[in-house]
Amino acid sequence: MSDNPVFARIRQDITENPVVLYMKGTPIFPQCGFSSTVVQILSRVGVKFKGIDILTDPSLREGIKSFSDWPTIPQLYVQGEFVGGCDIVREMFESGELQTLLSEKGLVAA
Amino acid sequence: MTMADTIRTKLEAALAPARLEVIDESHKHAGHAGAQPGGESHFHVTVVSAAFAGLNRVARHRLVNTTLAAELAGSVHALALETRLPEEDQARRT
Repeated sequence: MSDNPVFARIRQDITENPVVLYMKGTPIFPQCGFSSTVVQILSRVGVKFKGIDILTDPSLREGIKSFSDWPTIPQLYVQGEFVGGCDIVREMFESGELQTLLSEKGLVAA
Repeated sequence: MTMADTIRTKLEAALAPARLEVIDESHKHAGHAGAQPGGESHFHVTVVSAAFAGLNRVARHRLVNTTLAAELAGSVHALALETRLPEEDQARRT
């Protein structure tokens, strides 16, 4: 599995960018309600993130699912670690855990 | 058997839930990407089970996703998930 060429690209993306959202569409124009929800939450929290549109690349679309061992999109990574999909991000936002996680990592002002 | 029944049956067998809700929300997504004629594409599932003890959110969702791997690889396009322990569920409902 680790020889999947797309994995190297994913590893690079999630290492070089502190917050990465694999999503359908772009942050400006999300193509799916679940992706849109996470974009709105990240914007509310005020964290800078890189949105990666998996719809433009079928190999990435399948690759990210096996890389994360997660069957659905969107997927949020913070400092190289998989945080979760839409439901998890929303629960963490509502409970304040997301804000805590990001401020502990120095990605948003506390 | 509807897809909702299949989901319910599989989760009951795998996780012995104290409470289980499976709602077909496909009608809300009609016309969106991933929606299909006849529905059965978008589900909202709440699972309350002691099987989640000691597991974080990601691990809980993975457990459900693994149980429903065949359905997720098939016609189920989206699965909105709430996973709670019985005591967490109790706290929410009181």
